[in-house]
Amino acid sequence: MSHEAVRVDPDMEYLTPGVVDLEQMFWTGLGATYTHCNQVWPNLYIGDKKTALEKPGLVEMGVTHIINAAEGTWNNVSTEMIHSLFLVNPSGDIFLEKHWKSVVSRSVCDYFLEAREKALDPEDVPPVISTPHHYLISIYRDKLFFLSVIQTEVPPLFVIEFLHRVAEMIQDYFGECSETVIKDNVVMVYELLEEMLDNGFPLATESNVLKEMIRPPTILRSVVNTLTGSSNVGDKLPTGQLSTIPWRRAGVKYTNNEAYFDVVEEIDAILDRTGTTVFAEIQGVVEACVKLSGMPDLTLSFMNPRLLDDVSFHPCVRYKRWESERVLSFIPPDGNFTLMTYHVNAQNLVAIPVYVKHSINFFESGSGGRLDLTVGPKQTMGKTVEGVLVTVHMPKTVLSVSLNATQGSYTYDNATKVLVWDIGKLNPQKLPNLRGSLSLQTGAPKPEENPSLNIDLKIQQLAISGLKVNRLDMFGEKYKPFKGVKYITKAGKFQVRM
Amino acid sequence: MSANSAFNEEKGGSSNVGEPEYGHDPASGGIFSSDYKRHDDLKEMLDSNKDSLKLEAMKRIVAMIARGKNASDLFPAVVKNVACKNIEVKKLVYVYLVRYAEEQQDLALLSISTFQRGLKDPNQLIRASALRVLSSIRVTIIVPIMMLAIKEAASDMSPYVRKTAAHAIPKLYSLDPDQKDCLIEVIEKLLADKTTLVAGSVVMAFEEVCPERIDLIHKNYRKLCNLLIDVEEWGQVVIINMLTRYARTQFLNPNMNESLLEEGGGEKAFYGSDGDDDEEEDKDEKDKKKAEAPSVVKRKPYVMDPDHRLLLRNTKPLLQSRNAAVVMAVAQLYFHLAPKAEVGVIAKALVRLMRSHSEVQYVVLQNVATMSIKRRGMFEPYLKSFYIRSTDPTQIKVLKLEVLTNLANETNISTILREFQTYIKSMDKDFVAATIQAIGRCATNIGEVRDTCLNGLVQLLSNRDELVVAESVVVIKKLLQMQPEQHSDIIKHMAKLTDNIQVPMARASILWLIGEYCEHVPKIAPDVLRKMAKTFTNEEDIVKLQIINLAAKLYLTNSKQTKLLTQYVLNLAKYDQNYDIRDRARFIRQLIVPTDKSGALSKYAKKLFLALKPAPVLESPFKDRDHFQLGSLSHLLNAKAGGYQELPDWPEAAPDPSVRNVEVPEWTKCSSREKRKEKKVEKPFYSDSEGESGPTESADSASDTASDSESGSEESGSGSESEESDQQSESGSEEDEEEEERKKKKEKIKAKKPVPESDSEQSSEEEGKKTESKNKPRRGGSDTESGEDKDSETESSESEEEESEEESEEETKKKKKATVSKPPSKPPKIDNKKEKKEMSLLDLDDFDPAPSLSQVTPLNNFLSSSLVTDLEGLSLTDNVLSPTTITPSGNLKTYELLHRITGEGLSVEYCFSRQPFSPDPHMVAVQIQFTNSAASEAKNLHIEDAKLQSGMRMKEFPEIETLPAGETVSVVMGIDFCDSTQAANFQLCTHTRKFFVSIQPPVGELMMPIFMTENEFKKEQGQLMGMNEITEKVTLGEKCHGEHAVIQRVTTAANLSRVPCGSDKECRFAGKTVTSGSLVLVSVVTKDNGAAQVTVNCEKMVIGTMLVKDILQTLTQ
Repeated sequence: MSHEAVRVDPDMEYLTPGVVDLEQMFWTGLGATYTHCNQVWPNLYIGDKKTALEKPGLVEMGVTHIINAAEGTWNNVSTEMIHSLFLVNPSGDIFLEKHWKSVVSRSVCDYFLEAREKALDPEDVPPVISTPHHYLISIYRDKLFFLSVIQTEVPPLFVIEFLHRVAEMIQDYFGECSETVIKDNVVMVYELLEEMLDNGFPLATESNVLKEMIRPPTILRSVVNTLTGSSNVGDKLPTGQLSTIPWRRAGVKYTNNEAYFDVVEEIDAILDRTGTTVFAEIQGVVEACVKLSGMPDLTLSFMNPRLLDDVSFHPCVRYKRWESERVLSFIPPDGNFTLMTYHVNAQNLVAIPVYVKHSINFFESGSGGRLDLTVGPKQTMGKTVEGVLVTVHMPKTVLSVSLNATQGSYTYDNATKVLVWDIGKLNPQKLPNLRGSLSLQTGAPKPEENPSLNIDLKIQQLAISGLKVNRLDMFGEKYKPFKGVKYITKAGKFQVRM
Repeated sequence: MSANSAFNEEKGGSSNVGEPEYGHDPASGGIFSSDYKRHDDLKEMLDSNKDSLKLEAMKRIVAMIARGKNASDLFPAVVKNVACKNIEVKKLVYVYLVRYAEEQQDLALLSISTFQRGLKDPNQLIRASALRVLSSIRVTIIVPIMMLAIKEAASDMSPYVRKTAAHAIPKLYSLDPDQKDCLIEVIEKLLADKTTLVAGSVVMAFEEVCPERIDLIHKNYRKLCNLLIDVEEWGQVVIINMLTRYARTQFLNPNMNESLLEEGGGEKAFYGSDGDDDEEEDKDEKDKKKAEAPSVVKRKPYVMDPDHRLLLRNTKPLLQSRNAAVVMAVAQLYFHLAPKAEVGVIAKALVRLMRSHSEVQYVVLQNVATMSIKRRGMFEPYLKSFYIRSTDPTQIKVLKLEVLTNLANETNISTILREFQTYIKSMDKDFVAATIQAIGRCATNIGEVRDTCLNGLVQLLSNRDELVVAESVVVIKKLLQMQPEQHSDIIKHMAKLTDNIQVPMARASILWLIGEYCEHVPKIAPDVLRKMAKTFTNEEDIVKLQIINLAAKLYLTNSKQTKLLTQYVLNLAKYDQNYDIRDRARFIRQLIVPTDKSGALSKYAKKLFLALKPAPVLESPFKDRDHFQLGSLSHLLNAKAGGYQELPDWPEAAPDPSVRNVEVPEWTKCSSREKRKEKKVEKPFYSDSEGESGPTESADSASDTASDSESGSEESGSGSESEESDQQSESGSEEDEEEEERKKKKEKIKAKKPVPESDSEQSSEEEGKKTESKNKPRRGGSDTESGEDKDSETESSESEEEESEEESEEETKKKKKATVSKPPSKPPKIDNKKEKKEMSLLDLDDFDPAPSLSQVTPLNNFLSSSLVTDLEGLSLTDNVLSPTTITPSGNLKTYELLHRITGEGLSVEYCFSRQPFSPDPHMVAVQIQFTNSAASEAKNLHIEDAKLQSGMRMKEFPEIETLPAGETVSVVMGIDFCDSTQAANFQLCTHTRKFFVSIQPPVGELMMPIFMTENEFKKEQGQLMGMNEITEKVTLGEKCHGEHAVIQRVTTAANLSRVPCGSDKECRFAGKTVTSGSLVLVSVVTKDNGAAQVTVNCEKMVIGTMLVKDILQTLTQ
């Protein structure tokens, strides 16, 4: 601390000044020189805010507690939505902090870390934690916690959604969202955060706008930059921010004009032990990769739009057009984006592409059991089922497995008790089978519950709901773009109860 | 990657200095000892001349800040670089400043001037960023500077800067709440802003600073509703939440009648059934009663306020937003505001959010849980979406369970129970416990399945997992309390469990059950007590208390068998460590064991202990949570968070809906409609809310105007030449459309015109003279002439002059009479018209007390050269001075500024008088005529709060103190349009009201005539070739043949004077723009077959283009 604390000798006889004396001192300013911090009693200090903020200095002085006795109007009103952001890695270290207003001590994270300790799984940490002075809203993403500090009422989803945008932005800029990447690009991440929030209120969250202000790193540019000292900060003005279509930057130019659309459908299903469908639905998403020059105005129409029951759009999609004509009309952002997500009408029966024959037995005598799994194709519309992966969460007492797979390979993680069987392509002629014995903890009772299977799969060139893109038209630009549509079906949350 | 290198460098650099590697804990004392050394080299780098070194240093410093290390001692070195040219360095310095300024206030002041300079920068983004940083520096001393900057930025022409100003408001407010009043003024101003960019931010500021000032919203309500879909996502959330509160104070409960109907209808049966949903419905019922009261009193059918409907309609599409926060905001709006029948639409969207990240799921489920209590039917179709997967996180599972329980009813309970059965087998024990609780709740709520559930739970008692058993016991206990007599065997079964079960809560529950129903199990109960007495000392406190209870109850019912046991237990308890237990033992002993001293109470001991206890209600923890606004943090925590705004109750009677009425100038509306068709693509496509009705209509068009003006200002802000001209030409075409509109209007005016003229006293006389002078050659375009209508009257200025002088004299006298002694009773209507005319005269004089002096000067300036040659003895100055030029205001095109209806009786029209505006020759004179057709007088008519594009200026007319009812008054104001057809927007204020109005000039009014010789004309024209010349061919309209007609039309369309020409096939006109004085030359060459060629030479290409179009238009008609 740059200013020395005035020390009081505890042995010295000290007379408390009377009211008159105090008043005298107060008015004349004599008698006590103002310092930021006075030791008024051994190990008891009176200091001002400046002192209180200088935590390292306080630590040096041996201060353990601070009592705020300040009175006054300012600084008590908090008006920001998001006060601070901390990034926490899986082992509980804070590796980045950003404050949009006065600094909130890191110690506020202790409440969160405590909750993190308690939770068995990082996913189980409550997203909203209330502490005496703050609220902590966090998300868990890519093995990192994004923890924001809130002081006042704010819609929690608002913060959560924003934090996810931050994660997506990092992913978008650096290819992945991990501790190493963030640490390596800490300055740029910091600049991004600065642009994304102003006084805790989201300012620019559109990737196209941000990329105009702060250019994403490329290998070439980073080489040039290190040599010349030039910067990644765009000197051009983010026109997108000012226009009515903030998601698209101006002056886009490509030599090859391409627009690709991926229709990805996921089957969410729960099958019970007899194989009957308890619940099944199809969730779809249209991912787009549009690299078109200028200001193209696209129209995408479906053969059978009535299939779509519930939709949500990228802000670029004209909602009225959809309401009246069931076509997607939009001026696309530049690059990759999610055009729409949809839910297929629940009345349509969902075709379940695979079936599982399973049996799992634990011997009454304990210490052992048998597992037998067979996976076969069911309603696949003539396409091949690929990338089949079966995950089994075994009961806690299963120590090890000794199995034999006719196709693919399996792994068993003893710590998490997860059995993963990677099958690959399904061959209808020769169904893959996995069987063998399980060994249990000795002495442990026979597990009561049966594990459930999670299945992952992929079918290329098929949208299981039957959704088909009719055509894509472009207006507003003269050139002929290259257009492509791809369909793919995946298993979403596909669970088989055993 | 460069940042990457910076980061590494930083590490490397520190090791060079031989410093220990930094720990993650900034609080470690190490900083103090070793920091200085490291920072020395940073300081050196910052002081260097090379930007690259500075950048490097700043990157290292920012990296330090990011890792939470203290870099405050570098402040002096860093702050010096605030004016650095390198943008990235600058940005990083800003980052540093914002972080440390609060700690180093004095030094921070050094940077302020840089930002102040930045605030004046022509580049809007620099202005915005300067304001952003300035307002983020938390230094109290600069509060006045910030206030000033915010005020200024709030009226910046760039919407982006205005947005930044809105952001700065809460920052300043938190720094100094005393500024509240000033800030509210700024907020009020920004709330009136019509751009989507500003809307979200200003509402945020409103919410932070003055959420209680709901009155500020009235005028902007419809606009906000209409803009909503185009506002960026974050702004949408804030606006929707605010509007929810607003609607709760302004509209009536849409469900009040519905609930009335239900009351008498099917719901009755529900209440009859044994206490099924009573509890849950209770609040509903209360609500109903509350709502019922006013409706009964009024007996008036509920009609939804159109504004209420507008809100619901305009928010609905946002349910399709990709942003979960927006969807949630709309969902809560519907939940709190929509009629019951319509709330259903949100279910689908909320269910969709369940596919999102687990945090989103968590929040959504919390809200769905609350909603599903009140509106169960809404989510029933989606029951299966709440089924639980083994891979869900526990907190999600529990919430889903909650929702499933809330959704359970007679029809779906069997499915739900079957589902619950699978859950009970889960490995997640917390979840299993929650499931058992859920089963218990289903059983209490739905009588039909109570036995099934009970049996199922009893089966669970033999479960191997103790937690499961314990939870079951607790639930069974609660269920049994409902019908104990039928289930003595279950109680017996549970009595046996005391041997095995160790979970205290379960043991306590069993003991309580046995004690409570000891009459049903007379044999077992004493035995249990015996066993318990044995283990008493080892039991948990909660169990001990129940043992004492059991003993007491048995003593009262079966004292023969249990007297000793009870004594024993009480003695043990007497020396227990826990004072609760000691107290309880003493108390019970006094109560049940009769002694001499025992008071009257012991007589009632049995009644006390064995009273019939009401069955517990297993209710959802989410019950009644909806008194918090859904989607809010407070709702999630079920506790009021700081800054939470209570959701108000519906008002008993609707407040006056007219407060939301907004005036829309009639003609703006028309033109914006036209534009809409024209510029479909340009428009923000999402808000094309066509085909609305009622008040929506006007609001709708208001939003259109808004977005148009937005795009306009943006482009002008961007400053790129080509863009600008693009835009201008575009607006030129718009101009065309407008022109057409105006034409039509003019036609109307023309049709009407004769009437007022014949009313006037001198009219017949005048008419005669006019006819006389009809064929006289036309003199150099006097202002009046060009302003004349198509009557094709050419008046000799002399005669006109005389006349008008007479007239004016006469009228002035009259006027004086009128003003001096105003007749208390109004003369008949016919007179009104005349008076209107008189008024205009007099007022002009009033306005300019020395017209001769001030007006001559500017005229001379531009007449100088041409006067001599071309005036042919016509004293132009006099002509201009003569009030006649103003008198026939009917000849000039008048436009409506404020309609009688929107103006609440005050109607305002304006015309371009084509007079030089004496106080400032660079301004266009606009004559404004107020007519007060209301019953009461209007006071203090004046202009306020002009919103002008940059460069534009306005000279307001002096305030009109009173305008009595039925009177008309004219004033002149000047506007410098900066040679553009951008509208001047301002507020017209009376003592009671403010009206937003705007004046948009046709391009022809942006110029004034000058006089040239033929030679001069040719010379000038020769210099304005190429880009500056625009030539168009045109076929003249039928009525437009002949030189005379052409001249007439051109001078009507534009304020130009004629230039003499040798050929009668060619007509030439000259003028210059009012602001910049650029020459405008027009020549029309006619051919025999009715074809013609129009050439416009003007160095302002935009003006040229627009003018050509206007002239073509007028010639083809």
